[in-house]
Amino acid sequence: MKKENFIWNAVKTGLLGGAITIFICLVGMTEIFSKRDVVEKMITLGQFVLLATMVASGLIAARRTSSLFGENRPVQTLTAGLVAGLVTGLVLALFVYIGYSINLRAVFLNASTPLYNVLTFGKGQSYIWPLPVIGALGGLLGASFLLIPDVYRRPLTGGLIVTFFLALFSGLFRVVMINQKGGVENAAKYLFGQTGLTVEGTLIFFFAVVIIAFFWNFRGKEVQQRISRLPKRGQLSLRVLGLLLILYLAIGLPQVSGPFIAQVIVTVALFILMGLGLNITLGFAGLLDLGFVAFYAIGAYTVGLLTSYGPFGLQHVSFWVAVPIAVLVAMLSGAVLGLPVLGVRGDYLAIATLGFGEIVRLLAGSDFLAKYFGGPQGIIGIQKPCLGTLEAFVRVDVPRACNGIELGTAKDIYYVAVLSALLLAFVAWRLRESRLGRAWMAIREDEDVAEALGINLIQTKLLAYMLGAAFAGLGGAIFATLIGSIFATSMQLLVSINVVALIVVGGMGSIPGVIVGAIALIGMPELLREVSEFRFLFYGAALIIMMLARPEGLWPSQAAKRELHHADAENVTAENMI
Amino acid sequence: MRTRLSERLLDLAVSGFLWGFRILIVSAIVIGTVATIRAGKYTGEQWIDFVVFGISQGSIYALIALGYTMVYGILRMINFAHGEIFMSGAFSAYFLATWLNGTGFIDSNPILGLLIPILFAMIMSAAIAMLVERIAYRPLRGAPRLVPLISAIGASFFLQYTFRGFFGPGVYAYPPIKALDGEWNLFGFGILKIQIIVAVSAAVMMAILYSIVQLTKVGKAMRAVSEDKDTAALMGIDVNRIIVTTFAVGAAMAGAAGVLYSLIFRQVGFLMGFTPGIKAFTAAVLGGIGNIPGAMVGGLVLGIFESIGPSLFLEGLGITRPYQLKDVIAYTMLVMILLFRPSGILGERLTKKKA
Repeated sequence: MKKENFIWNAVKTGLLGGAITIFICLVGMTEIFSKRDVVEKMITLGQFVLLATMVASGLIAARRTSSLFGENRPVQTLTAGLVAGLVTGLVLALFVYIGYSINLRAVFLNASTPLYNVLTFGKGQSYIWPLPVIGALGGLLGASFLLIPDVYRRPLTGGLIVTFFLALFSGLFRVVMINQKGGVENAAKYLFGQTGLTVEGTLIFFFAVVIIAFFWNFRGKEVQQRISRLPKRGQLSLRVLGLLLILYLAIGLPQVSGPFIAQVIVTVALFILMGLGLNITLGFAGLLDLGFVAFYAIGAYTVGLLTSYGPFGLQHVSFWVAVPIAVLVAMLSGAVLGLPVLGVRGDYLAIATLGFGEIVRLLAGSDFLAKYFGGPQGIIGIQKPCLGTLEAFVRVDVPRACNGIELGTAKDIYYVAVLSALLLAFVAWRLRESRLGRAWMAIREDEDVAEALGINLIQTKLLAYMLGAAFAGLGGAIFATLIGSIFATSMQLLVSINVVALIVVGGMGSIPGVIVGAIALIGMPELLREVSEFRFLFYGAALIIMMLARPEGLWPSQAAKRELHHADAENVTAENMI
Repeated sequence: MRTRLSERLLDLAVSGFLWGFRILIVSAIVIGTVATIRAGKYTGEQWIDFVVFGISQGSIYALIALGYTMVYGILRMINFAHGEIFMSGAFSAYFLATWLNGTGFIDSNPILGLLIPILFAMIMSAAIAMLVERIAYRPLRGAPRLVPLISAIGASFFLQYTFRGFFGPGVYAYPPIKALDGEWNLFGFGILKIQIIVAVSAAVMMAILYSIVQLTKVGKAMRAVSEDKDTAALMGIDVNRIIVTTFAVGAAMAGAAGVLYSLIFRQVGFLMGFTPGIKAFTAAVLGGIGNIPGAMVGGLVLGIFESIGPSLFLEGLGITRPYQLKDVIAYTMLVMILLFRPSGILGERLTKKKA
């Protein structure tokens, strides 16, 4: 009875895996990803993703089997993995077979010959049989992974993950290292290929990580204990040293990395600004605002109208004067848009604010207000910030000269953006610890109880909207100067969704969570051109998966962790300490 | 209990602001209407055209709104992915209809050529909605309310970009049904056939749905579950099955709406579900969420307002190209109704907990 059960289970897992592989193929990932290598001349990213699915289905089937028996039984576990992987491979092979005999392309855009070529390793129709074999081997690999003792498994997993990430970003590392000139250049060429890691690089990185992790497994606790045994002052100086190191890296980074990475970091910093803002409204006070982009737009347009030397510039003040005004205007509009929705709760609030956001975007881009906001043409010619004195405005379409240092390029804006992000992170942190912050959290937990405790709902909620809006306004202001022009079309609802997603992924109410979320959701897709095609697909999947598996986020705040995991709260904190 | 003066002042300021907001909107509508009518730019026939277009578009909104309303009635949750269910119906119908069109079937049997894609779209939409419910919503039942909402937003994006990946970012043209081109003469007015067909099909669909909910056993079970899940379970109703059925029925309506929508606008694309989805939600709230006749009324009201609004209210206010601001009317209605009468036109006053 039980034997049947686990085989059938494995078949089901395999079918699910097969469905996922077909989804990956049809959505177009396989084809696009196969242009990138993980290891040069050995395995492409597309193949790697499919292989990973097979290994994962083997691993899941094996895990289910061992939980079915209540103990680890090597033979059954391996069989389950083998069967699951085999089924996954068979389903994929069947898909290729069908694809060769029926023209699926009439419906599915990606079911084309290049895809089948990737799947049959470029050898044509008769070469389908390797797929099930690879699937079975992959499944076996996944299952055997479960049988390895814990001591070895952790370093191996770590090694695989780190190597994979290095492979993904290998192009970037290569460019950055080659820019350094000298001996580094040769090392870069040795380790990183044009499109992925070289074989040597893979081996070196993998073993290095495995060895380090192995060492950490045995000695990590000791090192930590030794640090904690240090006197207070020693610990402090260690921390200061760490901070200084980060600071040094942060200052030096744009100098070595080139403009592209600086631009990406600025984007990440802008989203951190917005994320910190929404973190106040959503994370602290629990008010889901889907029209958050409106404040971003208001900040951007204020700076645009105040500093532009184009036809729509109203005033010609410098960036440093315009930014505080923009923040104030955003704050004020936060109050104006927040006032009507004070009594609206939960889902209704999300929809009402979404409506506000769309209204702002439509009005800004309409012909009706085109004489003020430029309509579809947008506002162009926004003056770059200048450290020093600006010369007087001469006439339209002529930028004002700067007597001093002009912060024109992305590299320079980088410092402005990162400094503002740090400053606001500090402000947000202090706000959270304040009386106001605790009032917000009380409202988030239960509005009625909070009111009964003497919290003034109107005042507290309005402050949440206003401060959140102010943060977003600052983000918009920097965005406007970075791009040098504003268009209503860049103020899409998607921006709001991005911000919500990064907060949710990072952990609602957690300040480091915002940074982690922004790096994961904004930075990574920007850096990976191949992935950016599927970025919103990943966002959607990430939101669902996070809600299912880890609703408290990647780097949760303490309160969220306690709330969502009553039972194993202690375990989590214990894990975090390690 | 005594409140401090500053708090009372703040309360006063807030309510003053809200009243100002209402007065502003109402006076804008009145002034705009009066000015437009006095200017007399449009003939009576044009107004009729606007209204008929509004009815056919509004009946599509009403069909989509049914899904929102039914799911909200049972789960108290906004199914954010409902607009994408609508889009998936349109896509499935598009592929079937193109194939049928290629074989000449639609030209020879226009009625079946209309009905078969609709049926197919309903089935596909229902299947996708059931899948979404199983994966993204069911495990989260009982979680804090923000959690399923965010999951629904995720599902919405996932579906959109899955379709983009499957079928490409382009916009497809839905094959025309030749028998439905041209106008019918009703009460002395020439009215596009397609608009009448759309309105009639939507009405038939809604009548079927309403009788399912009111007359059949499943419908009774649905009403029981939306009244009280626990008690319904005690009465021997399989709550999970009823919830899935509700999703499926609502999605089938949305799928049919997708076909009707693409019949009018002739365009099928992966982003087509978003705006109609929001507007249908507006319609559902407008009529009173959780209330099936309300969704129908709300859809019609919204459709007509949206269709005549730009010319009637906005043009009188001297706004250039008012048609660009068509969506602003819908969103403003949404915000206004949420602010001032969250229970909607037909809805009973919901208790604070329900709303």
